[in-house]
Amino acid sequence: MKKALTVVLCISMLGSFASLFAGCSKTDAGEVNVYNWGDYAAEGQYGLMNVIDEFEKETGIKVNYTSYETNEDLYNMLKNSNVSYDVVVPSDYMISKMIKEGMLLEINYDNIPNYQYINNRFKHLDCDPENKYTVVYQWGVTALVYDKTKVKNKPTNWDVLWDENLKGDILMFNNSRDAMAIAMQTLGITPSTCTKEDIDKASEKLRVQKPLLKKYVMDQVFTEMETSQSTIAPYYAGDIAMMMEENEDLDYCLPDYGSNLFYDAMCIPTCSKNKENAEKFINFMQKPEIAAENCKYLRYGCPNDEAIKLLDDEIRNNELTLPSEEYLDKCYVFGNLDPELYEYMQEQFVNIQAE
Amino acid sequence: MKSKLLSVPYLIWMLVFTMIPLVMIAVTAFSDNNGHFSLEALASAFPYTHVFLKSLWIALLSTVLCLVIAYPMAYMVSQMRESTQNVVVMLLMIPMWMNFLLRIYAWVLLLQSGGPLDTLLSAIGIHGSYTNNTAAVIVGMIYEYLPFMFLPIYTVMGKIDKGLVEAAQDLGSNKSEVFRKVIFPLSIPGIISGITMVFVPSASTFVVAQYLGGTDDIMIGDIIDRIFFTNNHVGAAISLILMIFILIFLVLMNRFGDEEAIV
Repeated sequence: MKKALTVVLCISMLGSFASLFAGCSKTDAGEVNVYNWGDYAAEGQYGLMNVIDEFEKETGIKVNYTSYETNEDLYNMLKNSNVSYDVVVPSDYMISKMIKEGMLLEINYDNIPNYQYINNRFKHLDCDPENKYTVVYQWGVTALVYDKTKVKNKPTNWDVLWDENLKGDILMFNNSRDAMAIAMQTLGITPSTCTKEDIDKASEKLRVQKPLLKKYVMDQVFTEMETSQSTIAPYYAGDIAMMMEENEDLDYCLPDYGSNLFYDAMCIPTCSKNKENAEKFINFMQKPEIAAENCKYLRYGCPNDEAIKLLDDEIRNNELTLPSEEYLDKCYVFGNLDPELYEYMQEQFVNIQAE
Repeated sequence: MKSKLLSVPYLIWMLVFTMIPLVMIAVTAFSDNNGHFSLEALASAFPYTHVFLKSLWIALLSTVLCLVIAYPMAYMVSQMRESTQNVVVMLLMIPMWMNFLLRIYAWVLLLQSGGPLDTLLSAIGIHGSYTNNTAAVIVGMIYEYLPFMFLPIYTVMGKIDKGLVEAAQDLGSNKSEVFRKVIFPLSIPGIISGITMVFVPSASTFVVAQYLGGTDDIMIGDIIDRIFFTNNHVGAAISLILMIFILIFLVLMNRFGDEEAIV
């Protein structure tokens, strides 16, 4: 009896192992493999719509939804393993790198009628000037969040992150691009066209800042700021809107000289085996009701003009979610960050932390 | 013959999942972007020497503190009634069922200003934050790896023949002599494997320092993680150096423990 059970267990284990491999290669006509950032779509949270379920219901196409944490994870996955994804959502600088390396397929925009709703600012992106590969999904800017009970003078730009009076209570981006860009802006350098020398100057500036900092953080910034553990931090504006809902003492500042405008766009990688389904999915995500639902959850900028009309005034008028056109004109985009330069940036940033 | 046949799957497993990846790391470490042989990556690893040393120092300190805490604990538990022993060991293991990150996160909340420790100490007039420093990193590591020190020592102590203890007592040994001459020497294999099991993962750990440490507390594991973002070659080179350090450590432990350390 026991033996029989063992045999059954072994077979079922082998079976599940085999199906694990099968899952990667087998693609039904009725499927779409979506590889998105973690927690980057409304999936029924706070009573909002589950947009993935909704897509499945409407089209009958099964969505295999998986997520990644960084652009580099996505890049390595596509580059080094034998996977098949149909929709991926890289950011600005990564899109240009992927286009250069021939990793993306041209999108047939005839299959994406909802593309007409996309704001012109988000067409012909710096990273995709001929507008062949991308449909912008979300965008945003970087901004400052601070505790107004502890910061007496209302900050106007990044300089406050070097304020000696706040020593030990300042948080900083634990991400080379964003940290370096902030340092460059304080030095009057435009980050999107920076050179190696500019990176060296920015590194020096960050070295000066290090003793004043409490920590380099990414996601930890939420608890740090929401529970008033720290006083000031730069972060993504959409997330700052979320923090401010949790803690009344918080206020925000959009640096007067502009900040980093970033965007993530839906693209179809060359390993796609269901291109038509991918286009259906991308189109569905730009349906005004669906895009509005995502915006309500994420609080990042929505590129879809029709969707913005569907939002409550509270969200639509929030400068953090939807900064004014004039402000966006002042912002810079990392549209074409040279991979070699980025590598240098990353190396210098690690060196600053290691010292 | 039969046993040889049975070992084939394990040999294949080790070849595919241990040997080949090791070779790949070595190849990556000694090549450049064009695939040519290069020592550049290895040279780029040198600026991180002090991070290496600090990581090894933190790992060593955590290991020693784990030993100091776990050894008496294992001894006491092994002296209890068997039914009590099971309950105590169970209680020690339960936290391990929880995700590693959650446990580290719990420590952040415990140690931060306004947290339980701060509230408690504020009552006697001491106020402050106890996180974001090296001590907090070590506390996190000890908490994380204590069971790996406790279990091997406890297992070895449980196996010590009671007859040997009685014989020593019959021959006139007092309590401390019994401990020094019987129990301690017989528990050395447990200590050795405990040290190995704590030191090796704590030297290469990452994330813990990111959560509990300040701006100066970055460990070599975090550096490897960060470098792999943009440069696989330097990342592989640092990993390789770390592996060599750990190998040296294991060989030393092996010497020390008369072939009883696990490698």
